[in-house]
Amino acid sequence: MTEPSHQVVVTGIGLVTALGVGRQAHRDQLFASTAPDRVTDSERFAPYTVYPLPEIDWSAQIPRRGDQRQMENWQRLGVYAAGLALDDAGFKDDAEACASMDMIVAAGGGERDIAADTLIIEESRKRNDREQLLNDKLTTELRPTLFLAQLSNLLAGNISIVHKVTGSSRTLMGEEGAGISAVETAYARIAAGQSTHCLAGGAFVSERLDMLMVMETIQGLGKDPTAPFWNQDGTANGMNLGASGAFLVLESLEHAQARGAHVYARLEAVFGDRGPRDDGRLEKRLTRLADDAGASDGGADTVVFSGASGYPDLSARERAFLKSRFPATPLRTVGALVGHSVEAHFPTAVALACLALDDAAPISPFAAGEDAPASTAANSAIVTTIGHVRGEGIARLTRTS
Amino acid sequence: MSNSAYKDHLGRPLVAVTGMGVVTSLGQGVKDNWAALTAGTSGIHPITRFPCEGLSTRICGMVDFIDIPVPNAVERSYAFARETTIEALAQAGVSGDFDGPLFLAAPPIEPEWNARFELGDRVRPEQMTGNAYEQFLAILREKADPVLHEAFLYGAISERLAERFGTRGLPVTLSTACASGATAIQLGVEAIRQGRTNRALSVATDGSVSAEALIRFSLLSALSTNNDPPEKASRPFTKDRDGFVIAEGAATLVLESLEAAVSRGARILGIISGCGEKADHFHRTRSSPGGAPAIATIRAALDDAGISADQIGYVNAHGTSTPENDKMEYLALSEVFGDRMAEVPVSSNKSMIGHTLTAAGALEAVFSLLTISTGTLPPTINYDNPDPTIPLDVVANVKRDATVTSVLSNSFGFGGQNACLVMAAEPA
Repeated sequence: MTEPSHQVVVTGIGLVTALGVGRQAHRDQLFASTAPDRVTDSERFAPYTVYPLPEIDWSAQIPRRGDQRQMENWQRLGVYAAGLALDDAGFKDDAEACASMDMIVAAGGGERDIAADTLIIEESRKRNDREQLLNDKLTTELRPTLFLAQLSNLLAGNISIVHKVTGSSRTLMGEEGAGISAVETAYARIAAGQSTHCLAGGAFVSERLDMLMVMETIQGLGKDPTAPFWNQDGTANGMNLGASGAFLVLESLEHAQARGAHVYARLEAVFGDRGPRDDGRLEKRLTRLADDAGASDGGADTVVFSGASGYPDLSARERAFLKSRFPATPLRTVGALVGHSVEAHFPTAVALACLALDDAAPISPFAAGEDAPASTAANSAIVTTIGHVRGEGIARLTRTS
Repeated sequence: MSNSAYKDHLGRPLVAVTGMGVVTSLGQGVKDNWAALTAGTSGIHPITRFPCEGLSTRICGMVDFIDIPVPNAVERSYAFARETTIEALAQAGVSGDFDGPLFLAAPPIEPEWNARFELGDRVRPEQMTGNAYEQFLAILREKADPVLHEAFLYGAISERLAERFGTRGLPVTLSTACASGATAIQLGVEAIRQGRTNRALSVATDGSVSAEALIRFSLLSALSTNNDPPEKASRPFTKDRDGFVIAEGAATLVLESLEAAVSRGARILGIISGCGEKADHFHRTRSSPGGAPAIATIRAALDDAGISADQIGYVNAHGTSTPENDKMEYLALSEVFGDRMAEVPVSSNKSMIGHTLTAAGALEAVFSLLTISTGTLPPTINYDNPDPTIPLDVVANVKRDATVTSVLSNSFGFGGQNACLVMAAEPA
């Protein structure tokens, strides 16, 4: 790879998780000596535990009711978090900057119509002509607008409509890897001078039976609401889905400096990869990714933000790798704090790392009793995400102030 | 060739195409498709994959001649992409691991209804409480279904392509709606210009037509209902066009820095000289009335290529055959081309292969490159009742011979997605 000609910095953070709405709500809870209280719901989708959406006044970022009605919560959350990031970066009312801003969104699919699907399944039990039934019911039961609320690229489309971000619009898909690629692509374009400012991130809604079903097809969800994220033997207890809307404004350093923007952190490197995971090949790949990202053991002023999904064996392997690669570095388990947010997980972890790198105080543990307290404020951060089935990514960020 | 011959007007590496593969309703392979396309053959036919009595649209350009192990959209989309990639790599003369990044335009796939019905059948009477998803969860807690999990995941297709062809790094799976195929090429071009690779694999595939997909587009009034005869339904730029014909297909392009391609002795099939994009914030499915974002996208592609509109010899239009698109596309083109508009031949491949959605931009890029290399402009068939408000030089019904050195290919999609490509002959 040729040397990047531009430094890439983070100048805007839009973050909504179960902990609250916005950067400050997170900052208020993340710089104490103990882990914040987890906000979870173990009843609504029992036996599963989810980290729910916090209370959100959608109108604060999506002023038109008509726009709100055209979306379901997944798109609303993304549009909302994108608006927070633009606000935070000082771009919200800068029409010219938004019109030339690039956008990369990591997306899954939108909410199914549970009632319509249930109606069809129940009818199908009484009939043999299922395909005809499908045609009849879909024609009468599907709401035309729901198609648009389900389409992956319409999260980006709604960001364009609501916030007027129109320089470019690209939607990446593919679970956790989509979030990694979104940040990786934005970084590569800015570093090479192909873009000066870019909105990148994603959203995930945990309170969705259709999503729980996807994850339970391989029985990956945690079912013990009292269990901690990490077991004593270093394995994890299963995935608990978490709501997250996480958007970052990434800029070239020159572009940020020219407008006097606050810089949260510098994104030094981000790399993703995939491949077979057996026979130590996952660890080999993680080692190479960490090498490529320049992530040597920085000691106590580095913090590792692990995106471990909670899948028992996979997360145990990640933890063992991190312990051997970064023995003196405190670990922050993102999934223990806000749940696993699939496409949005990597951007969420990067956003949390940025908060740590922008604060004078050490970052709180995320997993109570497991993540060691940090003795000092973070000067550099390593962010990992290992996809629950495939895809791995590592980013390295450093303090700028 | 001097070193500067490998760089473009901005000093960036020129990006060559050295391999291409296609599948459409017209058949498999570049050769057969190009022969059918230039002969004005339609691939549009009645839907046979599922019954469609009572549906307003009963025609399609689906591809049902490629074997798949399980009839679902992931398997179908993968199989198309695998076949086009095998063809493209063979033409490029690349064997073994590809060793460059993969950019895949893939459809945002909803789980198949037959999978839901199968789950529904596994629910025992005592479990039939709550909604369908609560019932599904109850049976999945009893027995996992990893095959079904894989069929749900958007990353499943690129994973299999990456494994099979030995691409490098984390593959990018993308969706920019009907502009996806162009975006996959644009991402490949950008990666080579960044200097992080000498080659990239850009693939676009769509095998996602199901009853639900069809009905969803129908409910948005996007599809043609001219069911009889099917081959007459897609009528871009005519007065009686009434919607697009949903279709499937795939295309693969092997992109290489021109320098790397020449140095290994590869045959150069053409150059991707410019990419442009601009999002539209007007509406979820409709374009800005003045066409400003489409105009900006075309201009951005021309600027990126370092040429003026005067140097474009042919336009491979998005040309969906919807009332809205064709009108807006004409508006945008005429704004950019000005007085020269009447002299620039335009055709829509969709008149023959329908709208292949996610794959369209890449398929049309392949056909644009073939137009340059063969000197043949494929026709727009069914152009028998021209829309007088769209006075374009539509290559009407039969192919035309013309020497063309630069082609503009347009892609516009739901969600305000606009992407345009400029392709050119190999520099002399």
